Amino acid sequence: MVSVSVENIKKSYNKTRALRGVSFEVSQGELFGIIGADGAGKSTIFRILTTLILPDSGRAAVEGYDVVSEYVKIREIVGYMPGRFSLYQDLSVEENLKFFATLFNTSVNENYDMIKDIYSYLKPFKSRKAGALSGGMKQKLALCCALIHRPKVLFLDEPTTGVDPVSRKDFWAMLKRLKEEGIAILVSTPYMDEAALCDRIALIDGGMFLRTDTPENIVKNFRREIISVSSSDMHSLLKDLRTIDQAQNCYSFGETHHVIFSEGVNYCDLSQIADYLSQRGHNDIEIKRIEPTIEDCYMLLEGGRHLNKYDK
Amino acid sequence: MLKYLLEKEFKQLMRNPFMPKLIMFFPLMAMLLFPWAATMTIKNVNIAIVDNSHSTVSQQLTEKIISTGYFKPASFPNSYDKALESVTYGKADVILEIPSDFEENLTKTGVSSIMISANSVDGTKGSLASSYLVSIVSDFATSIQESRSATIQSSMIDIKPYFKFNPGMDYKVFMIPALIVMLLTIICGFLPSLNIVSEKEVGTIEQINVTPISKLMFIAGKLIPYWIIGIIVISIAFAVAYFVYGLAPAGDILSVYLLSFIYILVVSDIGLIISNYSSTMQQAMFVMFFFILILILMSGLFTPVGSMPDWAQWIARFNPLKYFIIIMRSIYLKGSRLSDLLPEIYALLGFFAVFTTWAIASYRKRT
Repeated sequence: MVSVSVENIKKSYNKTRALRGVSFEVSQGELFGIIGADGAGKSTIFRILTTLILPDSGRAAVEGYDVVSEYVKIREIVGYMPGRFSLYQDLSVEENLKFFATLFNTSVNENYDMIKDIYSYLKPFKSRKAGALSGGMKQKLALCCALIHRPKVLFLDEPTTGVDPVSRKDFWAMLKRLKEEGIAILVSTPYMDEAALCDRIALIDGGMFLRTDTPENIVKNFRREIISVSSSDMHSLLKDLRTIDQAQNCYSFGETHHVIFSEGVNYCDLSQIADYLSQRGHNDIEIKRIEPTIEDCYMLLEGGRHLNKYDK
Repeated sequence: MLKYLLEKEFKQLMRNPFMPKLIMFFPLMAMLLFPWAATMTIKNVNIAIVDNSHSTVSQQLTEKIISTGYFKPASFPNSYDKALESVTYGKADVILEIPSDFEENLTKTGVSSIMISANSVDGTKGSLASSYLVSIVSDFATSIQESRSATIQSSMIDIKPYFKFNPGMDYKVFMIPALIVMLLTIICGFLPSLNIVSEKEVGTIEQINVTPISKLMFIAGKLIPYWIIGIIVISIAFAVAYFVYGLAPAGDILSVYLLSFIYILVVSDIGLIISNYSSTMQQAMFVMFFFILILILMSGLFTPVGSMPDWAQWIARFNPLKYFIIIMRSIYLKGSRLSDLLPEIYALLGFFAVFTTWAIASYRKRT
């Protein structure tokens, strides 16, 4: 069953084109990730689907209800967690939960089973003001408030931004459980490592989807030669790597640099590259042939657009 | 649902360390301070007396002027030019010049002239001071006339004004009802104007907008708290008016309350409308300030609407404050009943209907 369908949605803010024709579908019980850098258009998609803003053109429907004409129906069945913490900081955990339950014409008791697992983390702090919670706790409370009316679709806009690694892990485990309840979940994130946890992902850049597929297929379709390189002088190494003829994208990746080669390069000679680099004065050179990650795919697809932006 | 919305608003209000204090102390301080400042009775006017006559009569006149308490002798210069100088330096506000032939003319013909000049940089002060002085001098003239010719009955008409509804022409009595209106306008106008826009700034409005809550319910949840705050504010103001200034409404206190209920909603609506259109609290604050200034200055609070130019009177016609000031002054001083104030009540109800509809319509859950 299709839960969310989006057809060629466009949206501009004055002269900035935030979305330039985006299409995708999400099924019930599917965890769909929208992966992209800041400013790629992720939040705009969420705001259109939660009926907060109108698209300029294109059609979108949530559970069969049109986002423009049947927005009243949509508001009853979606849960939304905005990118910025938007609960009342001066109300306590319990009061926030009760308040949002009431706005959806329900009560905390009625749907307690829905949030029980998550709320168990929060219970010790239930009379603490929301503003005084830690980042991870705020995020769990926001998720509780978004779930309290038993939504059919959950929109989570960068839920793990600014949250510690342990809480992030907990959070994704919770999403897995919710998915099993048949809820369609749309989640956006700038963290590529979280992409692998989604059923399907869309890589977004500059208001356009670069590719929509399962994380495995995206990696499988990479079909390029990719190596990781390190040496004693990492800074000049990146510059020198970019002088290699067939290197299409070079970027730092953790403690090493990754190099993606142009199409047609099948199996490059690693020792030749090592020689080239040592000629240029590099020591302790380590070169490895690696398997691509989602981040590598993203870097290839967006074509180093935002890397070049920063280099200038 | 409304109950929870209100519960939430009040919790937020009470948890704010500043708001409850503001609501209690602002009306208290305003009522204790403003009536004294907003008085039109002029006292301690500095007078420069140029006495060219140096006679007994001129001495008597000088003493009489000073003994009234309205005037304070600033200087006794020996020429008009010197007196004018002291006005230039701000030492004197009014000049009284008595000519050298003052006593002579007065005893011979019974007629003499003096000159009064007032500094009109502060128009109110100048005109009031000179009219006081005129009445003191004419009083003095009558008493001289009587003593000179006790046999001849004065055929002059003596005018004694009687200020109905405010016999002592006490400006405090006149200003207090209007000040209560001003207080309500400021508190019940500013607080709502900052409310919705602050939810916009914090981001909570985003979470509210995705819920199925209706616009009407949302606005009602915002309006009613200010209604209750307004009732607290006027109750404090009424109490101060009674216990400090001994001023109780001549009419029915219940009708004062009843009409205040409507008025509070009208100003809170204006605040909410501004809040809906604003995107930052700073913007809302300045726009509200602008409107409140216009509302107060064009309401007849300080200057009568009737003496404004035609275009200004037209603007005042759309000023809810004007109607409520008329209502408050009428009930407080004249003891008017609701049936006497029907046009003003209809006007307020009209404003209420228009502004509430506008407030609901201007709240947008989607952009």
